[in-house]
Amino acid sequence: MISPEDFAEDGHANGQLISIDHLAKTYVLGEVEVHALRGVSLAISRGEFVAIMGASGSGKSTFMNILGCLDKPTRGTYMLEDVDVGKLTRDELARIRNRKIGFVFQGFNLLSRTSAIENVELPLLYSSASHGNRRRLALDALDMVGLGDRIDHYPSQLSGGQQQRVAIARALVNSPSIVLADEPTGNLDSRTSVDVMDVFQRLNGNGITIILVTHEPDIAEFAKRQIVFRDGKIRADKRNSAQKRASEVIKGMPLIEEEVES
Amino acid sequence: MNITNTLLSAFRALKRNKMRSFLTMLGIIIGVSAVIVMLAIGQGAKFSVEQQINALGTNVLIVIPGTQQTGGIRVGAGSATTLTEDDALAIQKECPAVALVSPGTRGGGQVIAGSQNWATGIEGTGPDYLEIRKWKVGYGEFYTEQDIRSASKVCVLGKTVADNLFPDGNPVGQTVRIRNVPFKVVGVLEQKGQNAMGQDQDDIILAPYTTVARRLSWSSNLRQILVSATSPAGIAAAQSQITDLLRMRHKIAAYDQDDFTIRNQADLATAATATTDILTYLLASVAGVSLLVGGIGIMNIMLVSVTERTREIGIRMSIGARSRDILTQFLIEALVLSLLGGIVGIGLGIAGSGVISSIVKWPTIISVLSIVLSFGFSIGIGIFFGFYPARKAALLNPIDALRYE
Repeated sequence: MISPEDFAEDGHANGQLISIDHLAKTYVLGEVEVHALRGVSLAISRGEFVAIMGASGSGKSTFMNILGCLDKPTRGTYMLEDVDVGKLTRDELARIRNRKIGFVFQGFNLLSRTSAIENVELPLLYSSASHGNRRRLALDALDMVGLGDRIDHYPSQLSGGQQQRVAIARALVNSPSIVLADEPTGNLDSRTSVDVMDVFQRLNGNGITIILVTHEPDIAEFAKRQIVFRDGKIRADKRNSAQKRASEVIKGMPLIEEEVES
Repeated sequence: MNITNTLLSAFRALKRNKMRSFLTMLGIIIGVSAVIVMLAIGQGAKFSVEQQINALGTNVLIVIPGTQQTGGIRVGAGSATTLTEDDALAIQKECPAVALVSPGTRGGGQVIAGSQNWATGIEGTGPDYLEIRKWKVGYGEFYTEQDIRSASKVCVLGKTVADNLFPDGNPVGQTVRIRNVPFKVVGVLEQKGQNAMGQDQDDIILAPYTTVARRLSWSSNLRQILVSATSPAGIAAAQSQITDLLRMRHKIAAYDQDDFTIRNQADLATAATATTDILTYLLASVAGVSLLVGGIGIMNIMLVSVTERTREIGIRMSIGARSRDILTQFLIEALVLSLLGGIVGIGLGIAGSGVISSIVKWPTIISVLSIVLSFGFSIGIGIFFGFYPARKAALLNPIDALRYE
């Protein structure tokens, strides 16, 4: 299991997990320059649960890609655990994605025709975990998201909610510093969405930092901090004093239908 | 990602599209088996030609008399009566590159033994004839130097002659009458089969050349002198030494033509093997083209595969795969395709060569070299044609790959 102690031993100068300073990203499309981000500064500490909100075109996806080390900023600095990500090579970025970042996508992005446990083991194949260790870590991660009994199911045999849990387990398996979720509930019905948010809240309760991109205000209600993007800039950044507990919300929701069992 | 996992995931990826993987491999299978079969046919042809020529002895030279010229009319080669026993002895004595010499005379006629008779050729030889021709006595023995000196009426029968004259008995010790001259049979030669021209080499009787000269051809002139050089490499030296010696002995002026001809088995062998070599290269290069086409097939399918799996590549990159990992993954897939194809192709090629051998009766030889070559070629093709698609995959931008629909 991943516990807060795992993170404590890293020891960082200012204790900030992420510190971003005047981050800008400009795409050049032919002769047109598109300013996706126009100077964003922000800091995120360990154990936070941040919801990043904004309409499409607000720059939140670009921001997410940079946070996830999938893309590099045009200007400004992005320090992840005191490492300047902007100065890293392609391979070093791959290593950061492997060790420090867990991704959860809207479309789940599981490998089809590959069992749940093998999907979860995948990040470990690119690190140096031994075979026995891999299986154990993957089983732990699947247990954490409550799918310990479906390890040999293929994505096509799982419901959307279950697939997203497999994706979350995959994001967790390397004990990352942050879990980045990009519209994780976008493809799910409202009950399953709350269910997935419950998983995130439990993980956050265990000390895992979660950054969630969403355009749904009621999903953002489950986060501790809400940041709103508009036109490539941060328009609002506030503590969510009225954080909702997913486990309680779900009790009040009507049972529409059972999740599709295979 | 370690090699075992990469291999496993390559096999899994190929299994996902069984038909497509099989068809892609088929290109390599056909190419490799074609190369194997063609090399086997070529080398089989070369081997059988070499064998036929070696049967004559590769270091053998035959000296025959030149043409007879009477008032400007030339008769065919060997018609002159210029070679003598002394020439043969001189060659033996004075040419250092010469190992063995066997003077030869020839006769022919009806041979009678008991109630059987048979028409065949009689070759008068020296004692070293069998050694020069790499031939052996099957049973009985060969006549001796003493027999030759005293012109004994002894002979050795070829297998065909022995079978025809003595269908149910051992000829050794029996007497045959050659043109009414009785000869004692001292041995029977081992079977040698047909020569390169399809003549039955066993249809012959060997006897001391002295006996043949005195009793059958009534001429002391030699029809040929069979010479073996000390080694195949010494043939040229032997040839020039013999030429010089005979020109001197026959007192031929500097600008006059030789009154003898020297035929060289090695020249024949070289020419024949050069022809079969060209045949082999031609066949193999045609087959090689099909191997190349197979390689292009792999490249084509790998390119399709990279495009189809762009999203998978994106997913793998997002969870930490480096460019190198993606490159290896696709390269290994191409390599597995070409290697499996290569192995199946080698098996099919060996089987195919066997089938051709038994149906068309064409000799085929599968050399280790041709297998190693095909195997190496299929690895090479996998790497060469797999590299471009793999590199294309490895250089994808993670975001673009992830967003690819």
